Amino acid sequence: MTSGPRSADVIVIGAGIHGCSTALHCAMRGLSVVLIEKDHAGRHASGVNAGGVRQLARHVAEIPLSDASMEIWHRIAELVDDDCGFTSDGQVMVAEDEADLEACRDRVADLNLRGFRHEEMIDAKELRALVPAVSETCPGGVISRRDGAAIPLRATQAFKRKAESLGVAVHEGVRVKTVRRDGADWRVVTDAGDFLAPRIVNAAGAWADRIAADLGEPVPLEPIALMLMITAPMAAFIKPVVILRGRVLSFKQFDNGTVLIGGGHRGTPLRDENRTILDWRKLAISARTVWELFPIMRDATIVRAWAGIEGRMPDDLPVFGPSARHEGVYHQFGFSAHGFQLGPGAGAVMAEIIATGRSNVPIDGLGIGRFPQAH
Amino acid sequence: MTPVSDIAALAERYDLVVVGAGPAGLSAAARAADLGLSVLLADENPAPGGQIYRAVTTTPVTERAVLGDDYWRGADIVARFERAAATYAPRCTVWSLTDDPAAPGTFEIGLSLDGKARIIGAAQVILATGAQERPFPVPGWTLPGVMTAGAAQIALKSAGIVPSGRTVIAGCGPLLYLLASQLAAAGTEIVAVLDTTPRANWLKAAAALPDFLRSPYLAKGMKLMVATRAKLRFVSGVTGLAAAGKDRLTEVEVARGGRTETIACDTLLLHQGVIPSVNLSNAAGCAHDFDEAQHCFVPRVDSWFASSVEGIAIAGDGAGIGGAESAALRGEIAAFDAARRLGRLTPEERDRQAAPISAELERCLRGRRFLDLLYRPAPQFLSPPRDDTIICRCEEVTAGQVRDAAKRLGVVGPNQMKAFLRCGMGPCQGRLCGPTVVELIAETRGTTPAEVGYYRLRPPVKPVTLAELAALPATEGAVKAVVR
Repeated sequence: MTSGPRSADVIVIGAGIHGCSTALHCAMRGLSVVLIEKDHAGRHASGVNAGGVRQLARHVAEIPLSDASMEIWHRIAELVDDDCGFTSDGQVMVAEDEADLEACRDRVADLNLRGFRHEEMIDAKELRALVPAVSETCPGGVISRRDGAAIPLRATQAFKRKAESLGVAVHEGVRVKTVRRDGADWRVVTDAGDFLAPRIVNAAGAWADRIAADLGEPVPLEPIALMLMITAPMAAFIKPVVILRGRVLSFKQFDNGTVLIGGGHRGTPLRDENRTILDWRKLAISARTVWELFPIMRDATIVRAWAGIEGRMPDDLPVFGPSARHEGVYHQFGFSAHGFQLGPGAGAVMAEIIATGRSNVPIDGLGIGRFPQAH
Repeated sequence: MTPVSDIAALAERYDLVVVGAGPAGLSAAARAADLGLSVLLADENPAPGGQIYRAVTTTPVTERAVLGDDYWRGADIVARFERAAATYAPRCTVWSLTDDPAAPGTFEIGLSLDGKARIIGAAQVILATGAQERPFPVPGWTLPGVMTAGAAQIALKSAGIVPSGRTVIAGCGPLLYLLASQLAAAGTEIVAVLDTTPRANWLKAAAALPDFLRSPYLAKGMKLMVATRAKLRFVSGVTGLAAAGKDRLTEVEVARGGRTETIACDTLLLHQGVIPSVNLSNAAGCAHDFDEAQHCFVPRVDSWFASSVEGIAIAGDGAGIGGAESAALRGEIAAFDAARRLGRLTPEERDRQAAPISAELERCLRGRRFLDLLYRPAPQFLSPPRDDTIICRCEEVTAGQVRDAAKRLGVVGPNQMKAFLRCGMGPCQGRLCGPTVVELIAETRGTTPAEVGYYRLRPPVKPVTLAELAALPATEGAVKAVVR
């Protein structure tokens, strides 16, 4: 049995950046919180992702949450007493040919019609100015200037530490076995005893479908393992984060000169063993893309590759908001490999919904009810 | 033995891939080939021998007395391997070992040779990646002029080069005496040998003395120790060390019996024992435990040297330090079991054939515990007391920074430490800082290295270039097309 209170106003399951952020924001609203994590805070997707703080190329359904989050990122140290390694040099989407560029134009025009102004077209000249190393054949792209990157595990742990300092009872190394109704409360049964609360938040990432199924709301979550690799330090040649319009690649150089190469090629996740198997043949595809587009990278040395375990939904959108079946149950998972940027804002919005029953930030289209089997 | 210098000439898969051509790997590969397995022995060095028998077939040091009889014994092990029907890929770096999701129970191995990379299959794997020197972080150890004793030994064996100028050798462990005698015989000017063995260790080791007295280590070790001590200036009971100098080493500060002495020198060789090289076994997902006697993380193996991952065995010093002779025997034993797993030997036949070798191994390891206990480094040489001592050379992280993160930020393990200080994220993949980071966290948080745990290491275990990776054949079919 672990020490500390066995009951609270809210129990949050999962100490990724979402669980930690929601726990912190609930505590800031005066709620008592228990945060339960089977490993340690940020052990999986939240701690080992590419660290992109990106609004660029997001699905419109996520943009309001993403906006709320970006406000927080730009003053993150005020919230969690740690700058989380956040830097903002923009993110650039590179169009490799005219067809790519046309698609970029359509996208930006559509966003403008909806009132979103964060993405702007750039021409070949500005692209070359921002990303001097990019291949001469690229005709332009899109930039989101307030975007940037942070250090994922450091950020997640900063949220945890701040939450803890505001009284959140954090239980790491405690595994949830099942969740069930107990009078007006929810009983969360763990391998370290039971916890009770009238409200629970399912922020269990790649394992969240098991909690949802326990609650009678099964969802088609697919565990995935996104692979990343990083180089030894190279001379500085690029400031913004770069992603490609047409191919699977993202690219970021850190202040120390190392270059992170990612974008979405998947390995094999083994979520019951807490590990992943890398697929070097797919990493080789990333290496070839880099070879073609960034001649300067041809001498790079890869020193590390890895993958984190994340939960993906069939429509690549998160499950966010109140349960479709139960009073006092809230879901916050399935961010489909783009949830890191959303963490700070989603936690604030979730805490607002829990505390007040509503939020001005629209979350339409993200509810669990969109999956028929969840009814 | 068939040497291979073109990566395209490797087969698509082997019954057994052995990594490392020291005594364990050579013996494992030879035995497995004799048992009828298709075997690839991959090794990153240009010639067989590993660290202990490095360059035994090619060394320019021909005066046999310099390197000693034990070294030349390696030639027999190499000769036996050369007679076996195994494939041998020198200058070949293994950088990844993963399960093959398409064929559960078998493996995919990423390797590079001559600037080209490939992925090949293996039904069984024996890791014989040996040992590395235990990090010895003292103030000033990053100054030019300071190096590990093992590095000096590589230069001697492979190129006949010895350190220039006044040389000080410092540390503890049986290899310290061997190295001092080899370098002295090769003409190095050794001004002092500083022994950091804690005096209290003699008491702790006393219980294991009877076994040691019956062990083969005794005669060999004593002879060496007596001979070396007679010839060189020995300073025992050293409790503190610091390398000093402006742009390069000019002197070493030695604390002893409450007093500090300064010795002027041009080269300082540091050595405080060897520990298993765990990077590949760790990255492959094998379980490791903290071995209290050897005071290091050691892969969990059974009596056949099978790891916790079915199909991967770990032979030689990589499975816990036992020395060259035991390494060769362990390699043989692991090969018998690989043949049994592949159905080439019945369990009974394996047991019968391996029995004399297992008995020899037991004899060979008798007395090891005494050495482990006697030469366990003092706490101040495992977790440096001075906060300004660099512990991660790749990222220039100090002991003080690790202590601060463990205390103030509540960092409980080395994997989280990476996110805050980047220690362990440089090209050495934690080889030089891992054990020290673990010690510092344990000390600061009042717990044990076993509780703290070790880095989760990531492939590539050795750096691979983007060019190699980009040229990786997309499918095995493409490889065949190229080979044809």
